[in-house]
Amino acid sequence: MNRTPVYGLMAEFTNPEALLAGARRAYAEGFRRMDAFTPFPVEGLAEAIGFHKTGIPLIVLIGGIIGCVGGFYLQYWISVIDYPINVGGRPLNSWPSFIPVTFELTVLIAALFALFGLLALNRLPMPYHPVFNLERFELASRNRFFLCIEATDPKFDDEATRRFLESVKSQGVYQVEH
Amino acid sequence: MWDVFAVSTYFTVSLIFWYVGLIPDLATLRDRARKRFPRFAYGILAMGWRGSAIHWHRYEMAYLLLAGLATPLVVSVHTVVSFDFAVALVPGWHSTIFPPYFVAGAIYSGFAMVLTLAIPLRKVYSLEDFITLRHLRNMGEVMLATGLIVAYGYVMETFMAWYSGNLYEQYMMMNRMFGPYAYMYWVLILFNLLVPQALWIRGVRTNVPALFAIAICVNIGMWLERYVIVVVSLSRDFMPSAWGMYSGTIWDYAVLAGSIGLFLALMFLFIRILPMISIFEMRELVHEATVKSE
Repeated sequence: MNRTPVYGLMAEFTNPEALLAGARRAYAEGFRRMDAFTPFPVEGLAEAIGFHKTGIPLIVLIGGIIGCVGGFYLQYWISVIDYPINVGGRPLNSWPSFIPVTFELTVLIAALFALFGLLALNRLPMPYHPVFNLERFELASRNRFFLCIEATDPKFDDEATRRFLESVKSQGVYQVEH
Repeated sequence: MWDVFAVSTYFTVSLIFWYVGLIPDLATLRDRARKRFPRFAYGILAMGWRGSAIHWHRYEMAYLLLAGLATPLVVSVHTVVSFDFAVALVPGWHSTIFPPYFVAGAIYSGFAMVLTLAIPLRKVYSLEDFITLRHLRNMGEVMLATGLIVAYGYVMETFMAWYSGNLYEQYMMMNRMFGPYAYMYWVLILFNLLVPQALWIRGVRTNVPALFAIAICVNIGMWLERYVIVVVSLSRDFMPSAWGMYSGTIWDYAVLAGSIGLFLALMFLFIRILPMISIFEMRELVHEATVKSE
């Protein structure tokens, strides 16, 4: 990866509406490699910067299916294949008694997939990220809203992008070092 | 075997749900921490959360799905626990009404416990603006509704004991009501069935001390319910040779007290080092409210 000394330019906003408007403008302007940072989820913000599908539901569904099939097979394998016991002539594959555990494992594996899927897609845990180099960024978890256009964006130009970010009613534009 | 899966899944999924809900708040705590060690500890736990819009987007979806997955678990775990009783042949346990009746009982005592804990915390930490009277009133209404389901369970147990014509069931019920443990049964009826009927009155639902008193009664009542189910049925089994009386020894009650003590200790630690109320959700709510009022 071509590492420039600058990670990107960060614009600060005081409220989510201004950030949302700024993000929409930036997207319309043609910027693609950007991200916004907020202390709480802002509706429509991810869409405004061109991110639509989360991918989470599919991951959870796959987890659920693995849990369901695996949970049933676990019991089937134990009572039919590995250690069959004849209990009063009842069928070895007494499936109704397998349902509670199948259900529990479906939920368990789906929930684990939700957690680890979320972390993996978000690339967390991440001990270092350039945005934290900005002193003011600690406010992103409190009461400030940030929009960062990355230097790797093809349209990025130190001067022009700075002027653009200043024009979208931001409170200040800061350079983010690597 | 069902229990192992039900209880451990319940625990694990609750833990995941709780932790995922905490991640953004841990990031806030990390950014606010001024000392080195808290900053490091919260930083590790927050895993580098930076509030990215894309992360939030995935986060909200995952959180929603986790909530959806956790809800049926509440039903399943209490159903499975009740199966432990229902699949046994012991009189007073062998009953198909147990699953719904245990689920309702769990929600009933759960809300009572939340009220028991929330009312003092709200007072001590002046959280009246966050845990409002309306919340408490709604919890009172849920308690009333689930309490009635539990009451229906008690009535049906009694009715079925008579209607089944089964000698052992009838004897168990008579013994429960008028036998050596009768006082426990009647205190249970008083605390779980009669006292909460006061919640029909609006003035009681908005009276915080009254709600607290009712919640305490329900907590004790639900404890007595388990005591009655377990002890009374076992004390008069099918065979008189197996009959006996049980009363808790000092060590039994010491374990009970110890479990309450452990819970309280962990809860106070939680209040001390982690947010009691979700910070980011509260910020979202406050923001929405200000936008609306403008």
